[in-house]
Amino acid sequence: MDTQDMTAFPHRHLLGIEGLTATDVELILDLADGYVEQNRSPGRKSAILSGLTVVNLFFENSTRTRTSFELAAKRLGGDCINMSSDGSSVKKGESLIDTAMTLNAMHLDVLVVRHQESGAPLLLSSKVNCAVINAGDGAHEHPTQALLDALTIRRHKGTLRGLTVAICGDILHSRVARSNIHLLNIMGARVRVVAPPTLLPGAVDRLGVEVHHSMATGLKDADIVMMLRLQLERMQGQYLPSQREYFRFYGLDYDKLAVARPDALIMHPGPMNRGVEIDSLVADDIHRSVILEQVELGVAVRMACLDLLTRGHRGTGA
Amino acid sequence: MTTRTAYINARLLDPATGLDAPGALLVEGERIADLGPHLFADGVPEGVAVVDCGGHCLAPGLVDLRAHVGEPGFEHDETIATAGRAAAAGGITALAALPNTDPVIDDVAGLEFIARRAREERLVKIFAYAAVTRETAGSQITEFGLLAEAGAVGFTDGLHAVADALVMRRALSYASAHGQTIFQHPEEPRLASGSMNSGEVATRLGLGGIPAAAEIIMLERDLRLVELTGGRYHAAHISTAEGVEVIRRAKAKGLAVTCDTAPPYFALTEVDIGDYRTFFKLSPPLRGEMDRRAIVAGLADGTIDAIASDHLPHDQDSKRVPFAQAAFGAVGSETLLPLTLELAHKGALPLLRALAAVTCIPAGILGLSELGRLRPGGPADLVLFDAGRPWVVEAEKLRSKSKNTCFDRRPVQGLVLRTVVDGRTVHACA
Repeated sequence: MDTQDMTAFPHRHLLGIEGLTATDVELILDLADGYVEQNRSPGRKSAILSGLTVVNLFFENSTRTRTSFELAAKRLGGDCINMSSDGSSVKKGESLIDTAMTLNAMHLDVLVVRHQESGAPLLLSSKVNCAVINAGDGAHEHPTQALLDALTIRRHKGTLRGLTVAICGDILHSRVARSNIHLLNIMGARVRVVAPPTLLPGAVDRLGVEVHHSMATGLKDADIVMMLRLQLERMQGQYLPSQREYFRFYGLDYDKLAVARPDALIMHPGPMNRGVEIDSLVADDIHRSVILEQVELGVAVRMACLDLLTRGHRGTGA
Repeated sequence: MTTRTAYINARLLDPATGLDAPGALLVEGERIADLGPHLFADGVPEGVAVVDCGGHCLAPGLVDLRAHVGEPGFEHDETIATAGRAAAAGGITALAALPNTDPVIDDVAGLEFIARRAREERLVKIFAYAAVTRETAGSQITEFGLLAEAGAVGFTDGLHAVADALVMRRALSYASAHGQTIFQHPEEPRLASGSMNSGEVATRLGLGGIPAAAEIIMLERDLRLVELTGGRYHAAHISTAEGVEVIRRAKAKGLAVTCDTAPPYFALTEVDIGDYRTFFKLSPPLRGEMDRRAIVAGLADGTIDAIASDHLPHDQDSKRVPFAQAAFGAVGSETLLPLTLELAHKGALPLLRALAAVTCIPAGILGLSELGRLRPGGPADLVLFDAGRPWVVEAEKLRSKSKNTCFDRRPVQGLVLRTVVDGRTVHACA
């Protein structure tokens, strides 16, 4: 059984969605579905990772992602250690490699890495023997976020195929957007990005998305409205004139949402800037907003990833 | 007694005169005494040392328009000794060192330091640029007159563009009074704040993009200033199709403008970056395929005058880091000739035109017109190479102290067999 599963998920690391197949994604989501049920039941802990060590190595602050990975590891019975490092103190990248080598010497099984620079987890993965999970690197990818978004959508809509998904906000700096674009494309959804031109990366249309600068056209008949967090520093005149103006044109409220499908889901990777990219009334709409459910399913998705990536380490008896 | 060495059985190549013929060349002491198809037709006289070239190419030693030599301040990356050995191994007999050292070469003492160290090492000829502005900070111009007298071959802020239009205007204007050229890194610094070419690949990798416009805008601005001042201007490492077009138009107008490119810009594209390969992080960044083709076309029609090595050594610490944090630049001395020859092998450029781009033309741009040519009475700076010999670049075998080449494992054609500076052999292929 284990051997079969390893063949089914032929990746040593999870560094991004780009490079995964629809089969890979389905496998993770199917497994995660099972973990959702486990997490909701009273006996929510298992021993799948018993004896294995997961290290959360976060060069950037993130309480929610780190906690989600920590819970995932612990619910599977693994040992989990959190390490954080202030990005500014790691000026010389050799420290990053040194850190990896040091951790490697301690015989880890999974290294969960968040780093402010794109490609840092890939660099680490070339220096360690354990599995590496990218928990967000620069503006590159955040694969487990896209997977949990996909699971949330699939549980509500039954499938991703054929859905129209509008990803709105700071696409330029968003790893969540990139991972979601890749994943939704792989799974046959139709992807739109909606943002002011200053917050769109070059040649974004080449990633297989429709580009919109207006919420009115971008959200029209959308099945899913995925909002992105806007970092406060983007609002100080370089990318956008003001928070007030951004909210007027790109903040999600009921008026803008009116053109989407009546059953459109509202998603956000959190933490939200209420009144900036999303109106509180919409964010808290229990009929349409699935934001808290995303958080819940995040743990299950991360359990599935830890499970799949450690099958080789656990041997046949696990 | 003056030593005399006969280089016989050679394919003589002199791009300056268009010579491409079998023959021989005689060196007396530090100078070329004679050369030609009929020299030593009756045999080499007694007392003359003989180097049998085995039918291989004997050409003027390469003149490298732009290289970093590490000293002073970056000896961990490169020293004048290692830079000299790398250059010699690449067939380079003279190079112009950039002033981005620590301290910056912005005074006479700095120039004299480079000159002294080069004399001590006695490898290849090392000339130096002086900074356009003090500490290359972009505001106060340096003592162009005194620096030119002390041997500066031109003025440049090297890795930094002279971004302030008024400073550039005054620099061009003032330099013209001393017959000097301003060498510009044409990149609008604010637009160039990313780490690779702007576009699909950068978007996929989540890296900040540097648009082609960063180069074009700076070129357009500078050329207006050249028109305004009548100054002499050289644009370093052109990387974009439109950049080539801008230079083409300026030359058609008759402005005193020259430019160069470097092998990565005609041999590679942004796609080579792959999974964040930091050795491909260059300034300007590697561009797209259309740009690469335009660079080749620009070389073929002479819009791009020269090819520089852009030798910029970095130790491992500067490159074994996430891409955005990695230093810009790659070593290039030892790959300059084979990659330039690649243009000829592929039929993009005639052999003599390709060689001109690394010999007589850069020498002329630097005001060193005695160099880069085979001429009786001229310095015996020579390179003997086997134009057809295939080999594979291996980073760990480079003579440079740093091994950050973009061309590791690349099969190339054209092996340097011997490099001669002022009649002395400074490199011989083992």
